[in-house]
Amino acid sequence: MATSSSGSATKAISLFLKDIKSEFRTRYAINAIAMFAVVTVFAISFAIKGTGLSTELQASLLWIVIYFSSLSGLAQSFVKEEESKTAMALRLYAPAEVIFAGKLLFNLVLLFGLNLITIPLFAIFISFEVASYPLFFAILLIGSTGLAVVTTFVAAIISKASVKGALFAVLSFPLILPLLVEAISGTKKAMTDGIAFGAARMEIQVLLSYLVIMVVLSFLLFEAVWND
Amino acid sequence: MIWKVVLLLIISWVTVGAWVFPPPTPVIDNPEVFRIIYFHFPMAITTVVAYGLGMFYSIKYLSERNMKYDLREVASARLGTIFCVLAAVSGSIFAKNTWGSYWNWDPRETSIFMLLLVYGAYFALRSAVSDPDQRANLSAVYSIFGFVAAIFFIFIMPRIMPGLHPGAPKPTGGSEGSIITFNLETASVLIPSCLAYIGVFIWMKNLTVDITELGKGNKGV
Repeated sequence: MATSSSGSATKAISLFLKDIKSEFRTRYAINAIAMFAVVTVFAISFAIKGTGLSTELQASLLWIVIYFSSLSGLAQSFVKEEESKTAMALRLYAPAEVIFAGKLLFNLVLLFGLNLITIPLFAIFISFEVASYPLFFAILLIGSTGLAVVTTFVAAIISKASVKGALFAVLSFPLILPLLVEAISGTKKAMTDGIAFGAARMEIQVLLSYLVIMVVLSFLLFEAVWND
Repeated sequence: MIWKVVLLLIISWVTVGAWVFPPPTPVIDNPEVFRIIYFHFPMAITTVVAYGLGMFYSIKYLSERNMKYDLREVASARLGTIFCVLAAVSGSIFAKNTWGSYWNWDPRETSIFMLLLVYGAYFALRSAVSDPDQRANLSAVYSIFGFVAAIFFIFIMPRIMPGLHPGAPKPTGGSEGSIITFNLETASVLIPSCLAYIGVFIWMKNLTVDITELGKGNKGV
């Protein structure tokens, strides 16, 4: 625990780089997430065939696609360490918080990459128009960060359980629900014409405070999950 | 022993008082419906107390690693879920008769839905881990996480989102006060009712823990 903060940051970043490298060898998470996003957006687009959707539906569908695509890829982050028996090496390498920070960084990058695929696809295939870009991206940024924090933590929990796939969705959904509700409502406002940034103040406040709570809890409780 | 007699007396008082006094609101068309508040509100309070106690035992477990806290945690969570379902059902009946439909996605209805989801996931997690220590550890962590998320829904969201329950900000601006008239008669039933059902919960929890511990003792012999 007594490592200096700069040493911990270096270790977290090298864990992140290691994950990036191993991801590019197999491309499992990238492929799963990208395919899921593409398939779902196409399925929606095919079903509505050019008829416009209401902003409520567009905002909800966008977040449903982001949420379920992230589930398909992010579940692996700790499972693969347990399966390849490298978890013990990681435990020796750095304290639990550092491991969590490194994994979180990787999942954040993965999730922002997912957003980079999903948003243009949505804009092209589902006539999707944003009125206030600053608001839209603020909500997207905070919402995705919260999503990454919760899914990283739940991924650590399920790596110890026996049935992994289904459990990941079951465990993460209740914890994500407050984020999804507020993010959908904020995105809806960002897509409505003539709305000021301040109109979604409540959504941003709730999202931010929930994010802070989840970050603090994850760093506090991760050690109990990881070192057991 | 004496507190069981006290509990019996309070429950009798609540059951009689709920039907004898004038209904707690004079303004709505059908004020008799409001008598359900004497049971609906205590159920909701007991749910929060039960889950809160569950989280307390989770923290105790994580700091002391003693299985007896895991036992108490799961007993509290089980009973909390029973009270949560009772609160949801009594609330639904109440909602049908005052707001017109069984479920309206009022922020408080969302929060009770959220609670059921969190603890549904909690029991799913428990059944998915076979090693008892691992199970106790993971479920303690998840129950802390879940309850904190639920606190967000129970205590914060209903106060900032427009809704139908008392205490929610109204779309017209300002917070409309309680629609229940709190005279002495209402309070003299409602407050004992909350205490009584919390007492019943603690009694049930202690019994559940005792039975499980006895079962374990027999197996060991």
